[in-house]
Amino acid sequence: MNLIDIFSRQRKTSLISLGLMLMILPWIISHGFESGNSYLRAFDMALLFIMLSLGLNIVVGYAGMLDFGYIAFYAVGAYTYALLNSPHLQALLPAWMMYPPFIVSIILAAGIACVFGIMLGGPTLKLRGDYLAIVTLGFGQIVRIFLTNLDRPFNLTNGPQGINNIQRVHLFGLDLGRPVQILGITFEPVHLYYYLILFFCALIVVVSLRLQDSRIGRAWVAIREDEIAANAMGLNTRNIKLLAFAMGASFGGISGALFASLQGFVSPESFIMMESVMVLCMVVLGGMGNIPGVILGAIIVSITPEILRDVINPLQMALAGRKVVDPETLRMLIFGLVMIVIMLVRPEGLWPSSRRRAELKPQTKGIALQEKDDMQDAERNHD
Amino acid sequence: MTEALLEINGIHKRFGGLHALNDIALTINKGEIYGLIGPNGAGKTTLFNVLTGLYQPDEGKFTFNGRDLFRQKPYVVVESGIARTFQNIRLFANMSALENVMVGRHVRSKASVFGAILRPPSARKEEANIRIRAQELLDYVGIPQHAEELACNLSYGDQRRLEIARALATDPKLLALDEPAAGMNPKETEELKALMQKIRNDGVTILLIEHDVKLIMGLCDRIAVLDYGKKIAEGLPEAVKSNPRVIEAYLGVAPE
Amino acid sequence: MDIFLQQIINGLVVGGIYALIALGYTMVYGILQLINFAHGEIVMIGAMVTISCINFLVGHNVNLSGPVLLTVSIAMAIPVTMLLGYLIERVAYRPLRKAPRMAPLITAIGLSIVLQQAATMIWGKNYVPFPAILPTDVLEIGGASITTLQVAIIILTAVILTGLFLLIERTKLGRAMRATAQSPDVARLMGVNVNTIISMTFMIGSALGAIAGVLVAANYDQAHAYMGFMVGLKAFTAAVLGGIGNLGGAVLGGILLGIIESIGSGYLGDLTGGFLGSQYKDIFAFLVLILVLIFRPSGLMGERVAERA
Repeated sequence: MNLIDIFSRQRKTSLISLGLMLMILPWIISHGFESGNSYLRAFDMALLFIMLSLGLNIVVGYAGMLDFGYIAFYAVGAYTYALLNSPHLQALLPAWMMYPPFIVSIILAAGIACVFGIMLGGPTLKLRGDYLAIVTLGFGQIVRIFLTNLDRPFNLTNGPQGINNIQRVHLFGLDLGRPVQILGITFEPVHLYYYLILFFCALIVVVSLRLQDSRIGRAWVAIREDEIAANAMGLNTRNIKLLAFAMGASFGGISGALFASLQGFVSPESFIMMESVMVLCMVVLGGMGNIPGVILGAIIVSITPEILRDVINPLQMALAGRKVVDPETLRMLIFGLVMIVIMLVRPEGLWPSSRRRAELKPQTKGIALQEKDDMQDAERNHD
Repeated sequence: MTEALLEINGIHKRFGGLHALNDIALTINKGEIYGLIGPNGAGKTTLFNVLTGLYQPDEGKFTFNGRDLFRQKPYVVVESGIARTFQNIRLFANMSALENVMVGRHVRSKASVFGAILRPPSARKEEANIRIRAQELLDYVGIPQHAEELACNLSYGDQRRLEIARALATDPKLLALDEPAAGMNPKETEELKALMQKIRNDGVTILLIEHDVKLIMGLCDRIAVLDYGKKIAEGLPEAVKSNPRVIEAYLGVAPE
Repeated sequence: MDIFLQQIINGLVVGGIYALIALGYTMVYGILQLINFAHGEIVMIGAMVTISCINFLVGHNVNLSGPVLLTVSIAMAIPVTMLLGYLIERVAYRPLRKAPRMAPLITAIGLSIVLQQAATMIWGKNYVPFPAILPTDVLEIGGASITTLQVAIIILTAVILTGLFLLIERTKLGRAMRATAQSPDVARLMGVNVNTIISMTFMIGSALGAIAGVLVAANYDQAHAYMGFMVGLKAFTAAVLGGIGNLGGAVLGGILLGIIESIGSGYLGDLTGGFLGSQYKDIFAFLVLILVLIFRPSGLMGERVAERA
């Protein structure tokens, strides 16, 4: 199943109905459940995670590079937004730099994250497989440690406390931090943010689809499939891989900025390595390299713990008549088990791309492998 | 009439203690089919890799079509007009046949990220042209019916053809084929021969490594023989065939 | 100079522990090309079980001296972690040996989460203090002080490492392990039971992990359900630093990383004019790692490992 088809004329109706459903979804959720608004928040987060996993999908799913520090770009985006839109640096920065229009903040966040992506990718792209994984992991840690400690010698990030009082988004004269009345309907901030994030999420889905179906997307996949052959076909593999890193990073930056604006504060807590791991899980569980699959993975991984949160206590009471174990612990335990079971049952992901199901199968290719290694070494020595 | 397309001189390549290429010089003329033969381990594939930019030679001269390609990156080499296939087929296994060929067009197209995302008319047109050209090339090598199939699901012979189509997609002036007939039955080999002649007649020069002596002799205009990293003979097929050094290299003994 | 010596000693202690854990990663990687993400949790479980055993014995008035008590408890924890290592391989990795490369990585992460949460259920969310059963004498060497515990850690690490190398180099099992690491298929043809060897590898690694976990807990006087993550991360870094898949490399990487960290945290402030303090010691470790990999992409002692992706 290919999402591209959805955009063709025949699928237009289904696209419209999907859009409508997404538009009224927040109303169903916030009125249908007791704790509806907190579910809606979970949905906002899920949308952010969809954006993140689509970004990581470019790096891992298309270009085939294992990235364990992806959340760093999310952090960079979030802090960029936070610093520009909170009183924290007001004394340091000239007034014209503070509180830029929303869209400028977003572009800056994407741009700076992109620069970080290039900084990380530039020196490390020569590394292969697990070595790249561990270097990206280290990079993620470095960013987080700097965020935690850059309150001295001068206070840039405000250390572990993080940055508070991030201004709510103002867009087209609307303050998204307050309920708005349109046509007699009251839109709570949580609804307004849902639409804002949904918009960006849709944007990123479209960008992903278009990239996938372009010469750039093909080049990424070609490199993943066989880097030597890609090289021999005239692809500048280093630049194309760097581009994957940069694109992935800017997606991360955008969702980070939205996260900061939604949350109202940012702190290093939100950017621990476990988050990188979670995003990676979304991509792999859903089906690497397949956009609908990745979206599904993001929804499952981000929503499941929220649902478990509400299910576990009543369940414990019903089964045992008392609280046997801490629900927080139990829900994470179940979550871990779910991950294991899904992978055991469907190792290629829940919704793998139909044409790339055979992807990354371990092959013992013997001579061909040796030849590939020789060539890569020869190249490396030359560099 | 004979105009040099590729010229190399004094090419050396060493791997640690192994002198894989020792002072190789050869000239390939426009429009010919040039054969490269030699026993296993003679350095044919190494020379191939040097000529296509995957290996960087240690010393020597390498000009192609008037351009200095010594120690250039593969993408520069391809851009200048040399394309290759691999001895053990290296297709993008999980992409369709058509997509494989479309990747070959990369070097002849230029849509940037912004082009890809915003899709201005120029980018759309380019993308459409890539697709049309790729389909044409599949027709050309004789596997149009397999356009949507994954490369890894094609038969062996069709994979060979697909690799040639992918190489042709880069609009090469010189097509370098590394043992294209390996593992083919006589009928397939015959078809391949016809394909190579068609390619040559359409103006592409061919450099061919091959073990099948019959194929080489019947197809090539000139032949060079490598042994232990050195060129031991060069010339017309008939002359090379009777060259005592060549016979020695192949049979291990000097003829009476 | 004495501060320098002190940092070296501290680094050696921590580095030795890293080395023990790094061996677990590197042995598994050498054979399966798999990052056993759950190894850090094995380390944690080893520490926790040992502490529980000590507390149980002390609680039942078993009258033994501290070191004996500790030895007995470790001896009880080792089989637990070995069994756990065995089960992890059987349940989460073996079914996925032919699956896409990412799949076992995800099950490993899932297992990590499960083990962490299970530990939280058993031992709670708070720090578990390491029982004060060991002597706390301090020795002075050239102006630096070292506790008897630290001396014991260094000696114990050295003994275990020697034992492991003898096992790998001199025994039939070790030979089979090396053969499997070189090429599982050929080893199978030569009559090696590859599955058994892989299970053994996991169990040996887990045993080392249990010991390392106890040493970590003893060295810092506490254990925690989440301690496995950071320790595991550092140890894996050490394994990559030394060249993953290479046992000597894991030891070298572990000790180097320990010393680098220790010296880094001691001198980073002076080196950068107070701009970066000791809180950046982790950065130091990762920066070194990144630099090493950029200039030696296969780690310090790594041979060129074919990427079997």
